[in-house]
Amino acid sequence: MAAATDPAAEQFVSFTVGGGEYGVNILAVREIRGWTPESRLPNLPDYVRGVINLRGTVIPIFDLRARFGGAPTQPTRRHVVVVIELRRRIRGILVDAISDILAISPDQILPPPDVEGGGIQRQWLYGLFVAGGRMVTLLDAEHLFAADTADEATAAPRPILALDQPS
Amino acid sequence: MAVEGSRVDNLGQFKQTYFDECAELLAIAEAGLLRLAPGTFDLEEVNTVFRAVHSIKGGAGAFGFSDLVTFAHEYEAVMDAIRAHTVPVSYGLVEALIHANDALGRLIDHARAGTAPPPDLIAAAVTALRADSGHGLPAAVIASGRAPAVASTAAAPESPRRSFALRFEPNPDLLLSGNEPSFMFRALARLGKLELGCQFDALPALTELDGEKLYLKWAGTLQTAASLAEIEEVFEFVADDSVIEITPLAAGGAPAAAVPAPATPMRSAAPGTVAPPGPPAKPPGPPVLYGSRDEPPATPVQAETGEPVQAASGGQSIRVDLDKVERLVNLVGEMVITQSMIAEHLRHLPPGQHREMLTGLEQLTQHTRDLRECVMAIRAQPVGSVFQRIPRLVRELSAETGKDVVLVTSGEHTEVDKTVVENLIDPLTHMIRNAVAHGFEPPDEREALGKPRTGTLHLSARHRSGRIVIEVADDGRGIDRRRVLERAVERGLVPPGVQPGDAEVDDLIFLPGFTTSEMVSSLSGRGVGMDVVRRNVVALGGRIGVHSIPGEGTRFVLSLPLTLAVLDGMVVSVGAERFVVPITNIVESLRPRPADLRRLVNLCDVIQFRGQFVRLARLHRLFDIPDAVEDPTRALVVVVEAEDGAQLGVLVDDIQGQQQVVIKSLEPNFRRITGVAAATILGDGRVALILDVAGVHELSRRAGPGGGRLAVEPPSQTEAAA
Repeated sequence: MAAATDPAAEQFVSFTVGGGEYGVNILAVREIRGWTPESRLPNLPDYVRGVINLRGTVIPIFDLRARFGGAPTQPTRRHVVVVIELRRRIRGILVDAISDILAISPDQILPPPDVEGGGIQRQWLYGLFVAGGRMVTLLDAEHLFAADTADEATAAPRPILALDQPS
Repeated sequence: MAVEGSRVDNLGQFKQTYFDECAELLAIAEAGLLRLAPGTFDLEEVNTVFRAVHSIKGGAGAFGFSDLVTFAHEYEAVMDAIRAHTVPVSYGLVEALIHANDALGRLIDHARAGTAPPPDLIAAAVTALRADSGHGLPAAVIASGRAPAVASTAAAPESPRRSFALRFEPNPDLLLSGNEPSFMFRALARLGKLELGCQFDALPALTELDGEKLYLKWAGTLQTAASLAEIEEVFEFVADDSVIEITPLAAGGAPAAAVPAPATPMRSAAPGTVAPPGPPAKPPGPPVLYGSRDEPPATPVQAETGEPVQAASGGQSIRVDLDKVERLVNLVGEMVITQSMIAEHLRHLPPGQHREMLTGLEQLTQHTRDLRECVMAIRAQPVGSVFQRIPRLVRELSAETGKDVVLVTSGEHTEVDKTVVENLIDPLTHMIRNAVAHGFEPPDEREALGKPRTGTLHLSARHRSGRIVIEVADDGRGIDRRRVLERAVERGLVPPGVQPGDAEVDDLIFLPGFTTSEMVSSLSGRGVGMDVVRRNVVALGGRIGVHSIPGEGTRFVLSLPLTLAVLDGMVVSVGAERFVVPITNIVESLRPRPADLRRLVNLCDVIQFRGQFVRLARLHRLFDIPDAVEDPTRALVVVVEAEDGAQLGVLVDDIQGQQQVVIKSLEPNFRRITGVAAATILGDGRVALILDVAGVHELSRRAGPGGGRLAVEPPSQTEAAA
């Protein structure tokens, strides 16, 4: 791919959830690990699966399919958790499988369409990448589940700059 | 910096130590000043302040901070005059001294930063100090800050020459620290007429004599025009580890009679043993005693045991960088996890075999527990360090509001982890401000009500069920529930027509932006107080409640965990999940009989327990856990008690055993969850949640009879929903 040589290109980890393919900036991804059972938490929406032990640190696991309005995932050992670290806060996102690592230059990223409502918020989306009949929805890792990890007192949405937003 | 080499670095290190000490000494001095009251004062308090200021001056001289020396001297001179009774202690003088203490602190800050203090800083403080002490202080002292303190006593109306009985029992290692008694005696002789006898009965046989040890003691009299302070100054560098008694004798008294005979018999018969010296003669008047500084004056270090070394050199301490302690705490935490992991694996071994390994594990468990306690003890601090700041706060507040308030504190020695101590300061300050500003009535109103004009503020700390409980209680007007409710309805916090109970009304004051105070003062702000306090306290895993009786007063009760690192817990299982119940909350566990279970007017399940009914919380429903034991008579109920005494029966499948767990907060990566205090990692690497008993109670109340999972917890309004 020609984009691979573009110095402004950014790398994205792409993965599948249901039939769709999604991607997050590789700089936000700390590691990718196999699914392990979570410990359940009370009184939370179904997309919060619970917490796991990541080598001594307790991190929450979110179910992307459930967050996008689908049924909660019935995970197996073949499911994958993408561990995201942003602003020293770590969280895991449960996905079906990892598919690719893509180098995408900024001009290849299309602005996200108006999808407000239907369980998806505009600020979760970073853009769309289309190549050869394949569409990857690039997610804004910073905003995704950000409200869920805020403290109760500071849960109000606040403006956060998107990660490495090209100017 | 690097070019100048290590000598500069060394000096820098000494300076750092000096500044650290200064901070402590300033706090000691302030505490002493706050205990000074007009009329009566404890000479020992005055001495404490004097010594603290004197030490600051000494160090400042060594490092060449001349501003500091000048001002400390001025301050010290006033303390000396108080001690010599030449200046009466007035309210204004104490005030001026407290300000002088602050000024000294600012000068130290400037010295530390290497900046020049503003020129008017010293001048203003000196002027204030003189204004309040001036009428009693002789002109000589006032005229020159550098005038020797002797001037004050020399001009004092008392007899120019006074007699002092001296007793000096040095630490045997005195010579090793570079001190030389003969120089000290020479300095004493310069002050006046010195008669000194040597006691050498502790001297061992020549063959056992250690040339570097000092076996001698001295006693005698000094007739001098100098003040007590000047005599003490001679002993300044040895006061910490030697026994020194300086007793003023009645003027013209017979010194010889009051002092033990200087010459004592030669060594006792058994060579090498330490012969006990004769009992010290009772000196006339209260002796001024110096022992280790940590010793309270009530138990002065006496040399009667014949071993002054041991008695006087106790309370050694070292300064350790906090980061090192933090690393130690983290390591111990990891070790506790590893230990429970080993225990988990060994549990599956056939019993009978591997007995040594199991014995070893048992010891390891014990040692880990001890190690944990030792490490936590390093970080433990008495809450007194926070309480110390309160008298001044109350003093300022009562001056500002015109209310007379007396502060009574208790439980200052209650120990709690350093992190908890640090986090106590802000909530406590807020609560005290609130109490003084809103709690107490003005003196006239109190009098009209038949109360004493002076209000009493009680501040106490104690340990209770593994937590520290701090109470702030005033005897003021109490919460005006009618007005609180009116405001709450006005602000839409309570629907009109609803009549909540008294306790619920009192609880409204913790809602954001809530205030009933008509006057907005600089003291307690605009009702941004108590909600912030509660939020900060809850963030620490603590709770705050209020109890109020109209006309009699208000009592705030704050409870916090003792440590934020490790706890002893009971591991219980529910379905495939495991939870940790803090041991301190557990009352009992039992398997209920069918007859013990009741449903109370279709509202909640209760269980009969020791003749009373407690609410039953089905953990598997609250946490939505599949495959749990549904039938309570085939499961277990753990009866738990929250800090407020409320009991709850928690339904679990089974109990797996007791173990200490490392507390891993959910907040760094997630957020607070009602009902969950924190998480931990068990031996198999799985996460188990540590239950917050009061929170589980809350969950079960909200869930209703079915005890099911709520739709979605509103992320921002959990407090308001209560």
